[in-house]
Amino acid sequence: MSVNVRIPTILRTYTGGQAEVTAEGSTLSEVIASLEKNHPGISARVLDDQGKLRRFVNVYVNDDDVRFDNGLETATPDGSGVSIIPAVAGG
Amino acid sequence: MAVETIASTVSASTDFGPAVALSCRECAERFPLGPIFACEVCFGPLEVAYEFPSGDPEGLRKRIEAGPHSIWRYAPLLPVPADVASKPNLDPGFTKLVKADRLARELGVTGALHVKDDSGNPTHSFKDRVVAIAVEAARNFGLTTLSCSSTGNLAGAVGAAAVRAGFRSCVFIPHDLEAGKVVMAAVYGGELVGIEGTYDDVNRFCSELIGDPLGEGWGFTNVNLRPYYGEGSKTLAYEICEQLGWRLPDNIVIPVASGSQLTKIDKGLQELVKLGLVEDKQYRIYGAQAEGCSPVSTAFRAGHDVVRPQKPNTIAKSLAIGNPADGPYVLDIARRTGGAVEDVNDEQIVDAIKLLARTEGIFAETAGGVTIGVLKKLIETGQLDPAAETVAINTGDGLKTLDAVAPTTGPTAIIRPTLDSFREAGLA
Repeated sequence: MSVNVRIPTILRTYTGGQAEVTAEGSTLSEVIASLEKNHPGISARVLDDQGKLRRFVNVYVNDDDVRFDNGLETATPDGSGVSIIPAVAGG
Repeated sequence: MAVETIASTVSASTDFGPAVALSCRECAERFPLGPIFACEVCFGPLEVAYEFPSGDPEGLRKRIEAGPHSIWRYAPLLPVPADVASKPNLDPGFTKLVKADRLARELGVTGALHVKDDSGNPTHSFKDRVVAIAVEAARNFGLTTLSCSSTGNLAGAVGAAAVRAGFRSCVFIPHDLEAGKVVMAAVYGGELVGIEGTYDDVNRFCSELIGDPLGEGWGFTNVNLRPYYGEGSKTLAYEICEQLGWRLPDNIVIPVASGSQLTKIDKGLQELVKLGLVEDKQYRIYGAQAEGCSPVSTAFRAGHDVVRPQKPNTIAKSLAIGNPADGPYVLDIARRTGGAVEDVNDEQIVDAIKLLARTEGIFAETAGGVTIGVLKKLIETGQLDPAAETVAINTGDGLKTLDAVAPTTGPTAIIRPTLDSFREAGLA
């Protein structure tokens, strides 16, 4: 399963400045492991010490916030778009 | 390492007054002042760190009191240059603190009750405060376009401030907002883009735009300028205390959307204590949400310290943020101060709008109805001491959300222009 991952500005130091990279995996968890393999250090920025998504990181698979789905176990079908976005607010 | 990386990508700042750095609220990592909003180490929100002058609270108090009747009287406590009042800006703030005796009687409040009425700002909501600070940051960073993701009030505030300060503006809102807010956002002539989705979808879009070359040179007031923008809400705390005669109230009831305003009001109160401008004492902070978008009050009641996002469904659209970034901090502050976070349903919101209008002559938007409705509920459920001094914040003008009250509000009678007709209608 190959997916496209959009990388936020603050993580692009790990991807050589690339805003979008490809990764493999059928779940978000596997996609993050795949990212870590190709871009060492990136996983620790997205996951906390317990291996959970950091609370100020939002991840979307296609248009859906994974917190409304199965979190790290959310399915990432072939060709999906995954976006990693720092949480912000306003109104 | 983090500091060096950021420093290389950000223009040098010019004059941010007493502000010295950005600091991560989660891990305390520091970064130079720049148009950035998330910690490179842990993604935590960045906020402005200061080095305030110390040792002369009386002198500082006098300097503030001699300042302009706007938020700029507090320039020594904000990330802005000392001469900020001379620059083109909307100059918001110093709105009325209304002693609400008639509302107090209706609610059974025996202590003093005040309404901080921020509908008196230039675009009729508290958003003018936060935008004013963001405008000065954008000017400092040499940005050319002002933007935001908005539930309506912010879009109007950005549009107006951009015109006054000489920026281009392009703002983004959910496509189905109240007509009053859409018109208010559009009338200033900047670009207004409706997004097919909820506020959280708009927010996500803006977060991606800011990381794309398309967003270069853009200052998103509540994204990449958010650390500065948020500081504007501190001025609510400063004004309330100054208007009370430089003292802290016992309770403050604050609406919660992202939670930013509540956390910054708490920050402002703490700063006043540290600077010796008010005497320290316990104060309680209460958050108010709409039942149809209540991720923070739900987490508060459940005893959780994280917030589970919700899909909003409420008439209080300016509070309809289902994934509130500062939600965890709201929980921390409510618990630390002995306050609470509560919610009311749409019917209670409308009733509260009418209650405030008929007792105090203040017409609040739906967010103000949420605040007053929650205040009523807090008293009825024994969560707020009615004998204490309480301040409730009305963040916006009811003219922006006429649809909420129009179905149940209208003429008492339609009569012919005769005295008989007047008498027959039972109005004599």
